[in-house]
Amino acid sequence: MTTGETQKIREDRPRERRTTERTRLAVAGARAAGQGLYTPRSAKHRVTNTLFSAVLFLGLGTALVALTAIIGWALVEGWPRLDANLFLAGPSTINPEEAGFRTAIIGTVYVIGGVIALIVPLGVGAAIYLEEFADRERWYNRFIELNIQNLAGVPSIVFGILGLAFIVRGLGNFGFVAAAGSMTLALLVLPTVILASREAIRAVPSSVRNGSLALGATLWQTVWRNVLPAAAPGILTGVILGVARAIGEAAPLLLVGAVTFVVYDPSFFEGGYSVLPVQIYNYAKRPQEEFHVMAIAGVLVMLVVLMLINSFAIWLRNRYEKKW
Amino acid sequence: MAVDLTVTTARGRTKPASVTADGSDALGEPRPLPPTVFDVSDLFVTYGSHRAVREVSLTVHEREITALIGPSGCGKSTVLRCLNRMNDQVPGARVTGKVAYYGEDLYAPQVDPIEVRRRIGMVFQKPNPFPKSIYENVAYGLRVEGRRPKSELDDRVEEALTGAALWDEVKDKLKESGFALSGGQQQRLCIARAIAVRPEVLLMDEPCSALDPIATAKVEDLMLKLADEFTIVIVTHNMQQAARVSDRTAFFTAENDSEGVRHGRLVEYDVTDKIFSNPADRRTEDYISGRFG
Ligand SMILES: Nc1ncnc2c1ncn2[C@@H]1O[C@H](COP(=O)(O)OP(=O)(O)OP(=O)(O)O)[C@@H](O)[C@H]1O
Ligand SMILES: [Mg+2]
Repeated sequence: MTTGETQKIREDRPRERRTTERTRLAVAGARAAGQGLYTPRSAKHRVTNTLFSAVLFLGLGTALVALTAIIGWALVEGWPRLDANLFLAGPSTINPEEAGFRTAIIGTVYVIGGVIALIVPLGVGAAIYLEEFADRERWYNRFIELNIQNLAGVPSIVFGILGLAFIVRGLGNFGFVAAAGSMTLALLVLPTVILASREAIRAVPSSVRNGSLALGATLWQTVWRNVLPAAAPGILTGVILGVARAIGEAAPLLLVGAVTFVVYDPSFFEGGYSVLPVQIYNYAKRPQEEFHVMAIAGVLVMLVVLMLINSFAIWLRNRYEKKW
Repeated sequence: MAVDLTVTTARGRTKPASVTADGSDALGEPRPLPPTVFDVSDLFVTYGSHRAVREVSLTVHEREITALIGPSGCGKSTVLRCLNRMNDQVPGARVTGKVAYYGEDLYAPQVDPIEVRRRIGMVFQKPNPFPKSIYENVAYGLRVEGRRPKSELDDRVEEALTGAALWDEVKDKLKESGFALSGGQQQRLCIARAIAVRPEVLLMDEPCSALDPIATAKVEDLMLKLADEFTIVIVTHNMQQAARVSDRTAFFTAENDSEGVRHGRLVEYDVTDKIFSNPADRRTEDYISGRFG
């Protein structure tokens, strides 16, 4: 309460009822405190509050409307091609009515399966090392930490070039195969998974760790039996986010060999492969209208695949999240 | 581990009802001191550059309850953590001086802190059950020790829960979460967890500070019962509690050194009756009569 307001209260009162300065101040202070507690804030505050809620609501609304609009539009436009062939038939440049995403779906499943197989042990392992075992005082540990944070912001095309130079050719020399795509995408999303896992591990209270150590458990037993199960839901959230990003990536995969047309079912370690976003891009850039419909339907296919993988991860997370 | 810490403990000895000031028992007969469990001499603990606790020397005797009392920040928890090497976990903590456990130096390089903690159990101030079922909480220490047949595990869990006076309350819900218990029950669960591995010593850091008087009374009864079997060291802020349960009491205080650095010291260590009826040091008297901090 400002002096101005105190002044005002004083003037409101008849002269006779004035008591000492100190009492008046105390009363004014008490009233201000009481008002703060029991009555709504001043009009100014109310306006700010309303405004703020409105802005927040607008943000949420825009996001929701845009999302529904896109999905709705894709449903309407892609409707003519939403049939079994879309999932079961291979791609074709001649016959858009019967073309499908079969090989691209298989390619995506291979690539993403590889990504999951790589990021879970590597990401969780790195997070455990940094949180539980690394000595923060050492310069190399701080260096690693800093770099992981920076890597999370590197554009995906850079990882594509890296994959081309070191995985497809160079050191790894795997060639243009699905495995190379997996490794490249795994590198891309690893920082996200590591950061999320570290956060989850850090959230496990130290009282739990101390309780375990005090019972004569080793640090390793403590991590494996107590910390990881408690951190599992958070770690899975990080994996879900990483996988969701990897599924949608086309740019780095173009560099490491995801080609546009694969007629035969791909395999993991040899032969050409394609993935959904690349296939969609390919259909979309063709001049014929029918292929555009294919591309739109392909978006829906990708959403379905994404939702299947995510629901599995969420189911897994809920199992671990069983409230203790 | 290279050093064999096993020392035959005289488990058969019955604990006297109380130890009187001159070390004689209730009949006035002089009684030999029970074997020494911990012999702490000239203990210094430093956190980073802060020398938190200085020059602590005391001995803890077998199957007695030793209470550590004193104002907040005087280093009671620090000293307690030195006894099972939990200070190893505190970044920057350094312990100098000697802590002997049945004559063996706990801080000798060949001593494995894991083995030490297996034999010297600890109960924390805040109940800290693991995010697991009641059964798994109690079985945890046994599981980390190594594989055991299920039937043996079941028996040991029941034994520990019975020992912690919790069995009757939880026997029908062993599969439920440890968090589904009340605060007092959780603390007894933590005690059960600690005694399930059959330690030789139980360290308790303010085990009742989060509990109501009834739960506190239960835990105190439990401590007295456990003292037939274990050596107990307890930190408490509750002077009545120290007087009620302990055989010996150590009074710590925090004071400033010549450079004005606040640090903890042991002021007086004696038989509990003596500390509470006829303390030798003025500071002890002021503290227990409530004239201090
Ligand atoms: N982990 C730590 N890192 C740094 N300093 C610490 C740490 N733990 C304790 N200290 C310092 O050591 C001194 C003693 O602390 P300690 O926790 O042992 O006191 P205490 O007697 O148990 O107090 P309380 O009764 O409040 O629990 C304090 O000055 C404290 O600031
Ligand atoms: Mg303490």
